Amino acid sequence: MTVSIIYSVLLLTSLGIIAAIILYLVSKKFYVYEDPLITEVEEILPAANCAGCGSPGCRSFAEKLVGTEDISDLFCPVGGNDVMKSIANLLGKEVAEKDPTVAVLLCQGSCDMRPKTTQFQGPDSCAISALVFSGETDCQYGCLGKGDCVESCLFDAMYMDKETGLPVIITDSCTSCGACVEACPKNIIEMRPKNKRDLKIYVGCMNEDKGGIAKKACAVACIGCSKCFDVCPKDAITMENNLAYIDPYLCTLCRKCVDVCPTHSIIETNFPPKKKKTLPIPSKEKKIKVIVEPLNSNNDA
Amino acid sequence: MSKKPIIISASPHIHSDRTSKKLMYDVVIALIPAFLVSIYVFGIGAIIVTAVAVISCLIFEYLIQKYLLKAEVTISDGSALLTGILLAFNLPSNLPIWMIIVGSLVAIAVAKMSFGGLGFNIFNPALVGRVFLLISFPVQMTMWPTAIENQAKIADAVTGATPLGIIKEGLQFGETMTDLSSKIPSNLDMFIGLTGGSLGEISIIALLIGGLFLIYRKVISWHIPVTMLFTMAVFTGIFWMIDPEQYANPLFHLLSGGAILGAFFMATDLVTSPMTRKGMVIFAIGIGLITVVIRLFGAYPEGVSFAIIIMNAFVPLINKYFKPRRFGSKIKSKII
Amino acid sequence: MLKTFPKGGIHPHENKITSSKAIKRLAPPKVVYVPISQHIGIPSKIIVERKEKVKIGQVIAKSGGYISSNIHSPVAGTVTKLDKFFDSSGYKKQCIVIRTDAKDKSNFEEIDLPLLTEIKLSEKDILQHITDYGIVGLGGATFPSHVKLNIQKDKNIDCLIINGVECEPYLTADHRLMLEKAEEIIVGIQILMFALHIEKAIIGIENNKKNAIENFKELTKNNHKIKVAALKIKYPQGSEKQLVRALLKREVPKNGLPLDVGVIVHNVGTIFAIYEAVQHNKSLTERAVTVTGKKIKDPSNFWVKIGTPVIDLINEVGGLPEDTRKILNGGPMMGKAIKNTNVPITKGTSGILVISEEEAERKKSSNCIRCGECVFVCPMGLEPHLLMNLTEKRMFENAFNEDIMTCIECGSCSYVCPSHRPLLDYIRFGKSIIKTLEFAKDKK
Repeated sequence: MTVSIIYSVLLLTSLGIIAAIILYLVSKKFYVYEDPLITEVEEILPAANCAGCGSPGCRSFAEKLVGTEDISDLFCPVGGNDVMKSIANLLGKEVAEKDPTVAVLLCQGSCDMRPKTTQFQGPDSCAISALVFSGETDCQYGCLGKGDCVESCLFDAMYMDKETGLPVIITDSCTSCGACVEACPKNIIEMRPKNKRDLKIYVGCMNEDKGGIAKKACAVACIGCSKCFDVCPKDAITMENNLAYIDPYLCTLCRKCVDVCPTHSIIETNFPPKKKKTLPIPSKEKKIKVIVEPLNSNNDA
Repeated sequence: MSKKPIIISASPHIHSDRTSKKLMYDVVIALIPAFLVSIYVFGIGAIIVTAVAVISCLIFEYLIQKYLLKAEVTISDGSALLTGILLAFNLPSNLPIWMIIVGSLVAIAVAKMSFGGLGFNIFNPALVGRVFLLISFPVQMTMWPTAIENQAKIADAVTGATPLGIIKEGLQFGETMTDLSSKIPSNLDMFIGLTGGSLGEISIIALLIGGLFLIYRKVISWHIPVTMLFTMAVFTGIFWMIDPEQYANPLFHLLSGGAILGAFFMATDLVTSPMTRKGMVIFAIGIGLITVVIRLFGAYPEGVSFAIIIMNAFVPLINKYFKPRRFGSKIKSKII
Repeated sequence: MLKTFPKGGIHPHENKITSSKAIKRLAPPKVVYVPISQHIGIPSKIIVERKEKVKIGQVIAKSGGYISSNIHSPVAGTVTKLDKFFDSSGYKKQCIVIRTDAKDKSNFEEIDLPLLTEIKLSEKDILQHITDYGIVGLGGATFPSHVKLNIQKDKNIDCLIINGVECEPYLTADHRLMLEKAEEIIVGIQILMFALHIEKAIIGIENNKKNAIENFKELTKNNHKIKVAALKIKYPQGSEKQLVRALLKREVPKNGLPLDVGVIVHNVGTIFAIYEAVQHNKSLTERAVTVTGKKIKDPSNFWVKIGTPVIDLINEVGGLPEDTRKILNGGPMMGKAIKNTNVPITKGTSGILVISEEEAERKKSSNCIRCGECVFVCPMGLEPHLLMNLTEKRMFENAFNEDIMTCIECGSCSYVCPSHRPLLDYIRFGKSIIKTLEFAKDKK
């Protein structure tokens, strides 16, 4: 009895010692030197692994940051300036400073505004339906409403509004990783700077058709009338292919263009209601300030 | 034009009228002849066992889908019904009802739903149910009511062994095949179904009718049943030729036990069999070999269900390594 | 035993209800919408302006590159608009809108060109004619024919295959063409054989068109160079690769062309267009189109001017039935559903199929039961169920390694799937993504 106990204790102990020696030798033999900075940088990064920076994950981005000399064109959109600054301090390299951006949807074609003329049957995916045709409505530039962007969002910053059939971006959760921009086959999601108090003015339409055709397909389409172009004091608005575009870096948020737009396709977010002109901003929007609901200003108009 | 909008979808715009449901119900129809024979042979017991198995399978699937998974209930697709029938066909007709229910629970909950439901299960649910019962309750599961002549004589059915059981036991006690030949039913009796065994496996002729119907309806292809039976025949034939006193002849092996039921209905289960013809042949050879090995050298007299379950586990591997030949992957040197 | 390809294939209901109806010629439409991208490749360049008068056959858009094609005015009239309209791709595409001049007699002349059997042009001129008169493959792929016929010297072509298979259900335009223009097609074959120095030609026709087979056999009795082969009825036999395999037992290599096995395949419609271009200097401005559907009052075959809106044709066959839910440009297996009835007929339109309520709806898809039916019917030896799973999970590199790019999009897998899974939708999606990815480019 005692002998067998001693035997097994000895056997297991010696097995353990042999295994430990093997492990030690192997780890010596196959040791790979790794810059300890990489781990430190990785700890600063947000660990979202969203690939918004262009690298497949935070670890590989950290390797890139440590490995390259000039990191001024590398940026972590999720971490923003704070994270990049602390990385710069750690590595002693220069980093670029960028305005925080947020995703906006350049389409207001809800079910009411943009009547459906056809019905798509197939997998629930924008990318697949975009292969077959231009969309259920007569507008071939707008949102397909199948929610590929919502699917792609890793931060739960998007949801599909069932009533409008359009995705909604929760600005506070949006990290501007750009996954939705990639996912959208129609390229109707844009990254725009998040100004103070999240004030934004942008054209909520991508329709390049001529005015009449665009208006027929969608009540809130940009008809390319150039009224906003004429009224803009800073030349921030460009007209191309029957479509206005507001350059966010030139725009001073003066709100003149919003009032002149005949189809209400210019969207302003989070501005206090104007006194002289009755802009239909329902109280709802003030309550949920963080939610950009591009439709609200036009629903009642 | 109608008020509903025009539909846009990708091609193709037409569809064959085959549906999963139709496939399932075709199998159910194919099992009817065997069921009728089993009613004739085992009487009311056959109906009770089948009814209990089917109803409990349906109820378990419904409950799991509705309350556990909170998903859409799809019990009308016929798969649970089929599992129930096949499970019943693999049970003796006098099995206590609670055991049938336990078997159904294992078949549906463990073998099917825990893997993700229809199409995701690795093992044939009915066979998992049967094997579970066989291992848990070996006594009840091997008490076979004997065939009709006994049933007519005695009210509560006498139990006896299956032909395979008789042989296994006999050979173990040193008897030779010649001694045993008087104890086992004739080939004709086994072909028609006048023998002991599980509910559905006894009548070879009825199962063949059902199997041919399935092949005619293109629910199954001939590859699995033919290869499996052929392998069994060859393998047992070799042993029989070496020593006919110690090993039963191939015909006996094909006619006895669950060989035919397994070949046509269990091994060919769409979900758990390979998807290519090549793979099917490999799969069926494997089943044939394992069955024979268990029958000749194993502890159990019958090995079809174990063989099928073992080979089920190999199906993903078979699918991976036996792919169809890609068009144009080998250029023939016939040019000009 | 009739010839066919060995692996895969399906046999849907043929529904060839218009096979006994002669191809009728229609009065020219009031307005034509001529898209500038009617072929695979670079869109043509518009060379007319608004309010410009054009004649029949005048070039209105010039070939935009090597893989491109000229486009000619199908009618005499005035260009009224240069704008974007929905075409059969489901997107708005640049079109040239021409209003037909009701007074111009050339619009109403009955074009019954006499049969010219003598080949006068040289080889080079023949190919030039094919380039100039805008001939593209009329089988559906609309690949510019001059590119297909411009054979590099290192390729040895020994056989011309004429594709008269028409394996798509419902469509009969090619069938009628083979009956009515058989002699012209034979001349067209001879033109191509002369131009490319090919000694052997085979006309492949499926056995459901027995009268066309008999007709050709009769005509080629004394011509031992042209053979007529009856084929077993099986979809997708009209696919080049499958047809070459069926007729010659040669397998076109992966990512290869029929050229690689010494074969050129042309559709009968293309052959007829080539005949007209070479012998009569006629540009490709009209084509045979089947307008059909189970509920259509008078389904027919027509000679249709390119650019005619679909609605004109539908009015000609008795209007759109009440319960129409889907209109297809092409056959039911590979055709595209169109958005509205103003979509124009293009060079690639072989038929217009109107589908009513009960057949239009897609059935709900359910779990894959791993029956392997899609694997058995795939003529390319692929595993559609696997490709769908891989693309759904965005494992594109794995899908590429499973040869997703060799899929010919015949739709046999989706057709047979008992669970109604959208197999082809996902495969097509995967292909479109992989085309843009780097690794696929490297490996090619």
